[in-house]
Amino acid sequence: MDMRFTEAEEAFRAEARAWLEANVPHGLPSGDTHEGFALHVEWEKKLFADRWSVVSWPEEYGGRGASLWEWLIFEEEYYRAGGPQRVTQNGIFLLAPTIFEFGTEEQKAQFLPRMAAAEDLWCQGWSEPDAGSDLAGIKSRAVRDDAAGGWVINGQKTWTTRGAFCNWVFGLFRTDPDAARHSGMTYLMVPLDAPGVTVRGVERLDGDEGFAEVFFDDVFVADDLVLGGVNNGWAVAMATASSERGLTLRSPGRFCAAADRLVELHRRLAATGEHPERVASLREAVAQAWMEAEAYRLATLADVSGLVEGRSQGARSSLTKIYWSELDVNLNETALRLLGPAGELIEGSAGAIDDGAWMKAFEFSLSGPIYAGTNEIQRNVVAERVLGLPRK
Amino acid sequence: MRFAFTDDQLMFRDAVADLLSNECPPEKVRWSWNDDTGRDPQLWAALAAMGVVGLTAPENSGGLGMNEVDLLPILTEAGRAALPAPLLETTAVVIPMLAESAPDALAATWLPGLSDGSVIATVSLEGQPFVSDAHIADLLVAERGGSLFAVTGDKLRLTPQTSVDGARRLFTAEWDEADAELIASGDAAAAAVALAFNRGAVAAAAELIGLAERMIAMTVEYVVARQQFGVAIGSFQAVKHHLADAELKVSFARPMVWNAAYALANGEPDLDRSVSMAKCFASDAAEVVARKALQCHGAIGYTTEHDLHFWLKRSWALCASWGDASWHRRRVAASLLD
Repeated sequence: MDMRFTEAEEAFRAEARAWLEANVPHGLPSGDTHEGFALHVEWEKKLFADRWSVVSWPEEYGGRGASLWEWLIFEEEYYRAGGPQRVTQNGIFLLAPTIFEFGTEEQKAQFLPRMAAAEDLWCQGWSEPDAGSDLAGIKSRAVRDDAAGGWVINGQKTWTTRGAFCNWVFGLFRTDPDAARHSGMTYLMVPLDAPGVTVRGVERLDGDEGFAEVFFDDVFVADDLVLGGVNNGWAVAMATASSERGLTLRSPGRFCAAADRLVELHRRLAATGEHPERVASLREAVAQAWMEAEAYRLATLADVSGLVEGRSQGARSSLTKIYWSELDVNLNETALRLLGPAGELIEGSAGAIDDGAWMKAFEFSLSGPIYAGTNEIQRNVVAERVLGLPRK
Repeated sequence: MRFAFTDDQLMFRDAVADLLSNECPPEKVRWSWNDDTGRDPQLWAALAAMGVVGLTAPENSGGLGMNEVDLLPILTEAGRAALPAPLLETTAVVIPMLAESAPDALAATWLPGLSDGSVIATVSLEGQPFVSDAHIADLLVAERGGSLFAVTGDKLRLTPQTSVDGARRLFTAEWDEADAELIASGDAAAAAVALAFNRGAVAAAAELIGLAERMIAMTVEYVVARQQFGVAIGSFQAVKHHLADAELKVSFARPMVWNAAYALANGEPDLDRSVSMAKCFASDAAEVVARKALQCHGAIGYTTEHDLHFWLKRSWALCASWGDASWHRRRVAASLLD
C-alpha cells in the first residue's frame, strides 16, 4: 500500500492546477439553459484548445494519453478550481468509452475528435414513455432499408438531458421485434438535424430547460451509424451504463470539492454568530457529509488500484452509483438545513446565500438516485450479482 | 499510488483465515460463552506459532516487525471468526507501545514472551472503564494521572463486569502505584496514549468489518435457503434491498479503515481524523448490518440457539468501544470546523 503519487503525476497535477486556476470561468449560468449552454460550449472549446478536454484519450483523438490516476488527479483539480459541470459529459464520458470498445476505426476518426472539441454535442436516448427502469421494454423501432443501406426509425425517446441543445443522440432501438426482450436491439447514433426528428424541451424540477423528448418519424440512419453490431445493442448499452454508474461520470473530485464548500459554509455561518444553536447542532451532520465524500474518494482509489491491475469492478459499479448519488443528496440537504429560512431562496434573490446555489445543487442532486438506473434497480443488481441472491 | 494489499499480506491473511476456520468455528465461540475463563490457551498458542500474536513486535524480540497495514487483514479475520482472544489488546496496542515507549529493560522483559504467546497483555486507558481479558492477563498497561504504568496480573484486584457478549470478559481493575512500573510520563506518555488509542480504534474498526462481512455472508446463506410462499425469501425485493444496504455500508467503510491503518503505519498528517473516520464508518456499518442481518433471519435470529447472536453482540460491544461513532464524528467535526 502506497498512497503517494509519483513525481510525474504530481508534475501533471501542478500543470493542470496552474492552467485551471488561470482559465476556469466563474459565475457561468447553468449549462442546462439555452443561454448558459452556449457559454459552457465556449469553455469546452477552450479546454480542448489546450488539450484538457479529454486528458485520458490518446493524443490522436485530442487527449494526452493520461493514465487513470492522472485522470483522477485532473478531475480533482478541475472541481477544486471551481470548474463547472461538463456539458459534454454524455459524449466524452459515456459514448466515447463505448466507441473505444465497440467502434470501427472509421467511427473513432469520425466522432471522437469532434466530440473532444465540443463540435458535436451528444445526448442519450434510452428511456421511453413506457420504458424507464425496464429499459429492455423499449418500443422505438428501426426497420431495415436494404436499398438505401441503413435503417428507418420511428418512436419516441424521453428525459433526454440537454436534448434541446445537442446535435447528436445515441441510444437503443428495436431492430428485431420477434427476438427475445434483451435481443433484437441495436445501438444507433442519430443526428438530431436529420429529417423527421422533432425535439421538444421539457422543464426540469429546477426550472431549467435541460430535459427533452425526441420524436422520430421515418428518420433514416445509415449503416455506419450502427455501433457494435446489429441486434447487439443490449451488450453495447450495458457497457455505457456501467460507465454511467461507475467512476467515469462521477469522479470523487466533484463531491470532495462540494464537501469542502459545505465545511466552508459552516465556518462562515459560525463566524457570523447568528443562529448559534442551529449551526452548532449541525456539526456532526457536516462532518458526516464530508466523510462520505472522503469515503467515496478512498473507495475510488481502491477501485482504480484494482482496475490498473486488470481487476474489473463488474456489478460493484452499482454500489458506486448508489453511494455517490445518495451522498450528493445528503450533502446538499445538510447545507439547506444550515441555511434555515434562507435555504428556499433561489438564484437572483437578494437575500439568498451563495446566490441560491445550494438549492440548485440540491434539486440537481435529487436526479442522481433516479437516472442511470434508479437506485432501486441498482440495489437489485447488488443483491443478485454481487451477493448472489436468486432473481426469482 | 497503490491502495491495495500485497500478495504476501493476502497470503498471510488466507493462512490465518484457514487456521481460524479450523480452530475457531462457531462452536468455539459458543464454548467461550460457557467456559469459566472463556479463553483457549491452545488457540492462542496456535496463533502465536503462526506469528500472528507477535506480528507487531520487533524481530529482535521474536516478532515479525510488521506494521498496522500488515495486521489489518488479520484483525478482520479475527472479527469474521468472532475470535474470543485479546488480539486487539496484545498485538495491536500493547506490543507496539512497549516497543516504542517503554524503557529498554522493561521492553526486554515483556516483548519476547508476548511475541511467543507465553505472556498475555491487556490495556486500560483513561476514559475506558472496563478492562478486557484482565483475568488471563500477565500484564496490564494502564494510564493513570498522565503517566503510563506496567502492572503484573497478580497485582490486580478485579471485579467482573458482565458484557452482553458472553465471549467478552470485562473487569474493573484496581491496582496500587507501588506495585507498578513506570513506562512513560509527561509528553512521552501523552503521545504514547494518543497513539495507543488510535491503534485500538483502528483495530476495533478492522474487526467490525470482518464481523459485518460475516453477518452478510450468514444472512445471504439463510435467505437463499429459507423458503416462504414457495420461494426463497432472498428473491423478495424487500429482502434484497436490506442486504444491498448492508453491503453498501461495509463497502464504503472498508477503504476508510485501510486508510487509517496506512496513516498509522506511515505517520501521516491528520492521523486522528483518519482514525476517527474509520471507526465512525465501521461502527455505523456494523450497526446497520447487524440490524439487517437480524431482520432477514426473522425469529430464528432472535434466539441464542442460532449462531447469529454471537456476531450481533460482538458488533454492539465493539461499536461502543474505543470511541463510538458519535464520539469519532465529533472529533472529525472538530478537526474540520474549529
